[in-house]
Amino acid sequence: MLNTFMVYVENKPGVLTRVASLFRRRAFNIDSLTVGRTEKPEVSRMTITVDADHDQARRIEANLYKLVNVLLVENITNQSAIIRDLAMIRVAAAHEARSHVLELANVFRARVVDVAPESLTIEITGAEEKIDGLLELLRPYGILEMVRTGIVAMRRGSKSAGAPSRANGAARLDSESASPTNDDVSYSV
Amino acid sequence: MTDRKIAEQPNAPTAPRTKTETNTATKTMTGAGILWECLEREGVKQVFGYPGGAILPAYDALKGSKIHHILVRHEQGATHMADGYARASGEVGVAVATSGPGATNMVTGIATAMLDSSPIVCITGQVGSKLIGSDAFQETDITGVTLPITKHNYLVTHASEVARTVREAFYVARSGRPGPVLIDITKDAQQSTCEFDWDAAKPQLPGYRPDLSPAPAEYEQALELIRSSKRPVILAGHGIIISGAMREVRDFAERTGIPVALTLLGIGAFPASHPLNLGMMGMHGEAWVNHMIQEADLLLAFGMRFDDRVTGNLKTYAPNAKKIHIEIDPAEINKNVKVDVPLVGDLREVLLELMPKVESLDRSEWLDHIDKLKGDSAVRDIQNLPDSGHLYAAHVINDLWRQTRDGNTIVVTDVGQHQMWEAQYYKHEHPRSLITSGGLGTMGFALPAAIGAKVACPEAEVWVIVGDGGFQMTMCELATIVQENLKINIAIINNGFLGMVRQWQEFFYDRNYAATPLLNPDFAKLADAYGIRSMTISERSEVVPAVQSARQHDGPVLINFKVEQEDTVYPMVAAGAALNDMIRRPSPIVETAEDE
Repeated sequence: MLNTFMVYVENKPGVLTRVASLFRRRAFNIDSLTVGRTEKPEVSRMTITVDADHDQARRIEANLYKLVNVLLVENITNQSAIIRDLAMIRVAAAHEARSHVLELANVFRARVVDVAPESLTIEITGAEEKIDGLLELLRPYGILEMVRTGIVAMRRGSKSAGAPSRANGAARLDSESASPTNDDVSYSV
Repeated sequence: MTDRKIAEQPNAPTAPRTKTETNTATKTMTGAGILWECLEREGVKQVFGYPGGAILPAYDALKGSKIHHILVRHEQGATHMADGYARASGEVGVAVATSGPGATNMVTGIATAMLDSSPIVCITGQVGSKLIGSDAFQETDITGVTLPITKHNYLVTHASEVARTVREAFYVARSGRPGPVLIDITKDAQQSTCEFDWDAAKPQLPGYRPDLSPAPAEYEQALELIRSSKRPVILAGHGIIISGAMREVRDFAERTGIPVALTLLGIGAFPASHPLNLGMMGMHGEAWVNHMIQEADLLLAFGMRFDDRVTGNLKTYAPNAKKIHIEIDPAEINKNVKVDVPLVGDLREVLLELMPKVESLDRSEWLDHIDKLKGDSAVRDIQNLPDSGHLYAAHVINDLWRQTRDGNTIVVTDVGQHQMWEAQYYKHEHPRSLITSGGLGTMGFALPAAIGAKVACPEAEVWVIVGDGGFQMTMCELATIVQENLKINIAIINNGFLGMVRQWQEFFYDRNYAATPLLNPDFAKLADAYGIRSMTISERSEVVPAVQSARQHDGPVLINFKVEQEDTVYPMVAAGAALNDMIRRPSPIVETAEDE
């Protein structure tokens, strides 16, 4: 099954290589890996999805902790989390197709970010299934180019505000124990 | 592990320190000067190294240091020496090399230390920071190359980073599950100057927490399994020696009456003469030990990692046994063998926690069972066979053991048949008295590792036992022995073959001895060229006098033991076979004796 890890690492040169090399060396296959900055300048955050069973997932976590630059690993596979992917899709859209494509983009709350005589470029953010859904519907029109970022994930805010559970693994980030946004609830069309 | 948190980052400015706290005033030093100063402060007395362009500033600054530099003949040797030093002493060994080829020559030694959890720090020079990435002369991305074979590594590009990096490197190398750490220092970082302040250069490792300990519930589960077991076996590994838990393991075994089987690197962790000592397990372990493991209802793995050489086929491994795994590295849990109770922590501390709660149980029935399992092992032992007039390696090693057993002896072995015979026939009573490359199986390890061991323990009597193949991989270090005037005795077990490979060809490749016969130099003349005394022995009656003569000689001695060419290490579990499915030496009594 697909496991999703949130990995907090020191923001230092070469750390991405260390993490990627670990997966290669232990023969775990990365499905997706994203890395970026966090609210703390000295901490970077990775979201990694890997196809692994329960035991393998536990070993991946233990091996990640062996890397000196890894600060915290959380397996959020079976936890309540916000998971987002971003895609840019250039789709053939001339003449009468254009209005159909625009309509689909609207239904998916995607944005049109570039308009050319023969094509539209759509930017869509959401869970992977939502993007897959839009891609499926756009395919008949002709997808000219597509790029996805891979997912980023964040645990949902704790229900009891200000008291994060130990299982949550960290006493940070609980300032935003806000209610889920509109976008979270309704991505399935 | 669930309660890990991101530690507070030590970025907050520290309170200004008062004058009374700063006993060591800061002073301006070069990066090279800081390097040696920090090594001294970490307790380093000797380093093993080889100079070259990118590390020259460090060598230039060596004259101001109390550290003794031992010039090796190949950088691989330097890493094995650092490794041997670490294994003999328990302290961190240090190897130094230049950039490019100097650094890449270290790779085998680093990988060897990695697989055997040996704490070494390797320092390499690197081209100037402005040249990095330009394919400059002797530039190699050694931090990239060694990334998967080091516990951690560093690229240092500023003099101001040297002190903290060295402190971190030593801390990482020696703590938790030890391992090699590499520090790559650019030439300009060695040359430029900065303020040196040891106290301010504290390690900043917010993600590194080597001090794990089991949960109370896990102790209870372990105790329950121990209480209810009828046929338990302790699997004693290298972790006992690293943790310094010899006393605790012995107390635990005696108190519970549980017999102890050893891994290759666990040899010495439990006295060979102890009544509860079973001997070595695994591919060339004693037959009865492997049978006991397969029949056991509980395995207590102490600081070992269920290597394929000790388990055989995992599908059939110890099928009826519950497993308790005491191990400092959480990533080893359930890696090869699924265990029932993992106790993740320092072995010694875990045993001290368990000890007051274990009960003394009568295991006599299980222990008596050993005799049945031992069966006809004794009559198959080459020591008990009538003298055929041949000199066998087992004879040499057994005689060497009888001669040196009462001394403060360290045996350093290479890899192959002689290594297995040593493990079978040299009876080690003390930890760190056998040094050998287990995990990586590095031929060429013995001679340089013995130099490291002798430097670490000058009072010890050091014997190298090495095959004619492995010896020729690193024999250039004979010059290092002579240059450092080290009293090391070298026993070449010379069978004119790459013996272990030949044995595999005999069993599994229809005796097609492809590329295993060796044309050897005249080892006596070779020793002579280095000014080393030598002997050549081919009769069993000459073994003891030769050993005695070598021990009495002041300087290094090389003995070329010309042994039976096509001898075989028994028993043998073929790779991938069940642990109790062993190829045995044909019994001299029962003609048809095949494997049971």
